[in-house]
Amino acid sequence: MRQALEGSQAIAQAVALCRPGVVAAYPITPQTHIVENLAKLVADGKLKCELVSVESEHSAASVVLGAAAAGVRAYTASASQGILLMAEVLYNIAGLRVPVVLTCANRAVSAPLSIWNDHQDSMAVRDSGWIQLYCADNQQAVDTTIQAFRLAETLELPVMVCVDGFVLTHTLEPLDLPEQAQVDAFLPPYRFSRVLDPHHPLTLGTLVSPDDYTEVRYAHHRAMLRALDVIPEVDAAWQQITGRSTGGLIAVEGPEEARVGILTLGSVFGTLADARQLADAPVKLIHLRSFRPFPVAALQRACQGLTELIVLERAFSPGAGGIVGAEARAALMELEHPPRVHNFAVGLGGRDVPLEILERLLAATGSEPTRFAIFDVDLSRLPEEER
Amino acid sequence: MSTQEISLEELRQRQSRFRGLEAGHRACLGCGQALAARWVLEAAGPDVVVANATGCLEVFTTPWPESAWRVPWLHSLFENTGAVAAGLEAALKVQGKTAKALAFAGDGGTFDIGFQALSGLLEREHDVLYVCYDNEGYMNTGVQRSGSTPHAAATTTSPAGRARLGKRHLKKDILAIIASHHIAYAATASIAYPEDLKRKVRQALLITGPTFLHLHAPCPLGWGHDGSLSVEVARLAVQTGLFPLIEMERGQVIGVMPLRTIRPVADYLKLQGRFGHLFRDDPRAREELEHLQALADHNIEVFNLRADRPDPADSEGADTVRRGRRRF
Repeated sequence: MRQALEGSQAIAQAVALCRPGVVAAYPITPQTHIVENLAKLVADGKLKCELVSVESEHSAASVVLGAAAAGVRAYTASASQGILLMAEVLYNIAGLRVPVVLTCANRAVSAPLSIWNDHQDSMAVRDSGWIQLYCADNQQAVDTTIQAFRLAETLELPVMVCVDGFVLTHTLEPLDLPEQAQVDAFLPPYRFSRVLDPHHPLTLGTLVSPDDYTEVRYAHHRAMLRALDVIPEVDAAWQQITGRSTGGLIAVEGPEEARVGILTLGSVFGTLADARQLADAPVKLIHLRSFRPFPVAALQRACQGLTELIVLERAFSPGAGGIVGAEARAALMELEHPPRVHNFAVGLGGRDVPLEILERLLAATGSEPTRFAIFDVDLSRLPEEER
Repeated sequence: MSTQEISLEELRQRQSRFRGLEAGHRACLGCGQALAARWVLEAAGPDVVVANATGCLEVFTTPWPESAWRVPWLHSLFENTGAVAAGLEAALKVQGKTAKALAFAGDGGTFDIGFQALSGLLEREHDVLYVCYDNEGYMNTGVQRSGSTPHAAATTTSPAGRARLGKRHLKKDILAIIASHHIAYAATASIAYPEDLKRKVRQALLITGPTFLHLHAPCPLGWGHDGSLSVEVARLAVQTGLFPLIEMERGQVIGVMPLRTIRPVADYLKLQGRFGHLFRDDPRAREELEHLQALADHNIEVFNLRADRPDPADSEGADTVRRGRRRF
């Protein structure tokens, strides 16, 4: 049924439709509305689950780890400092191959303190071994959240659903919430192959010597690569039921014959799509839905025929440059005629990304490629010596 | 390796004493913690799920692909055992399972790095028995001082030297902190009093809600005593008043094990290398000895440990065989 919902509320409803057994979370802006909405659903008797209001994000991640290992579907949400505090547990969950789902309401990382949106938090844990899916709008946030549970439980890998803080979490959008029957048909009851059960005692989380450590890491990497097949399969299965696709690994919009492409993640994609329509610009927009695993082949296909690729991201590695940009450049090196790559960071710490940005970006492709630059930096705001 | 499915009832019949922690693990000779964990599970039985903190107990029981555990067991990290156990419990509850969640952690994982998760566990009233195996230091990493290391004990990070006489600070009074959470049941226990220990585990498991067991478990390597003396050393800790055996309900002391013979702290300290520097001919060492005696005397007064009658749970001497002039 089509309805206008705030992103956080829509995500909470989507989580509830997945019938989680345990939800654990610690409040942090801009994630709070998601958990508040879940708490209300529990209080109203609409969702039967154990809601554990923990004393830190480190414990939130630990509670869902324990719960999922003990046999129930488990969910948590966080952002920014919370993701960083969880980082140790995130690696642990992934290494133990426990299927939990986390919503990251993407927010900048302190210092300086900023509660506003960018992607530095999820990028900081890109190597933790979690699947990372980015959402361009709130419909995708709903659909991806539901898909995330099936993905996680199929692959026994945790999934982080990245949703732009405020831009999506606090914005009302018209969207379709699926029916319970649709979700039930799509998502089988929770199953974990190594569940902790006194009738079949198992030991989880052992000490592994150099004899086996490499092999465990290899198996984890293999599982992540297998997700490159499973993510589109799960998206296709969802499309069969609801008629909606979220693009699988990569979504492409715009004319096939375009020579200029823009690769981005999250809600900036929506801004660019609007700008492209308004200006009727011959640009191919590429949404990197799956950042982990990184879809090298799909990206190569999407970039066939491009002469210029602009990579736009909302985080970077100080002293190095773009994160997605570096990975995209490496992936495209293998093409016979790779496009020139222009890499920009935009929208850091909630800086607005206006519609006019498309025109300015396209103008930038006329000159020599920019290895990396912060696109919307206003040097007049800095003291002379720091410009 | 093949596994065979048998019912819990059958398992109970096969083993008159349930062995949740099997022999053949890699603990040091005389490890107090290994003994303690075996007894805790013997009392708890097989219908449990264990969350175990990083530390000796985790390392010596689970070198992949081996495991000494006969109960479902999960090791996640060092400081999150309280939270992992809370997650286990929440999941068991949602599924309507009878199994009890246990949390096992050392003193480092309880007094120091895991303190916050433990406090959260107690505050939220999860149905979990948390067992702290207290060997008074970071033994797994090579004997560093923790918040539980007693005053004046030498460790690798609080060594005794010309200028310093071991740890400068006091052992954290963890039970007082636990007591202020007003949980239904908390107790101290020692490997020297196994019947008392097991009774306390059973008592804790009767309660729905968080319970806490503070278990004194000597570490021959870290404390510097012979492995054969672990039980003796543990018993002396109790008999000197340094580690009183007490029970608490809702933060109030409801029972203590009275001491038939109160021993001077020097009897306990001189068996251990970590206190060797206190027996030097040095006025400061004598002062520290007096200080430690005063701490023990304080416990004896505060908890009223002087026995006017024998305690039924006091098994002192019951495990000792005398032949000729030797004790076994």
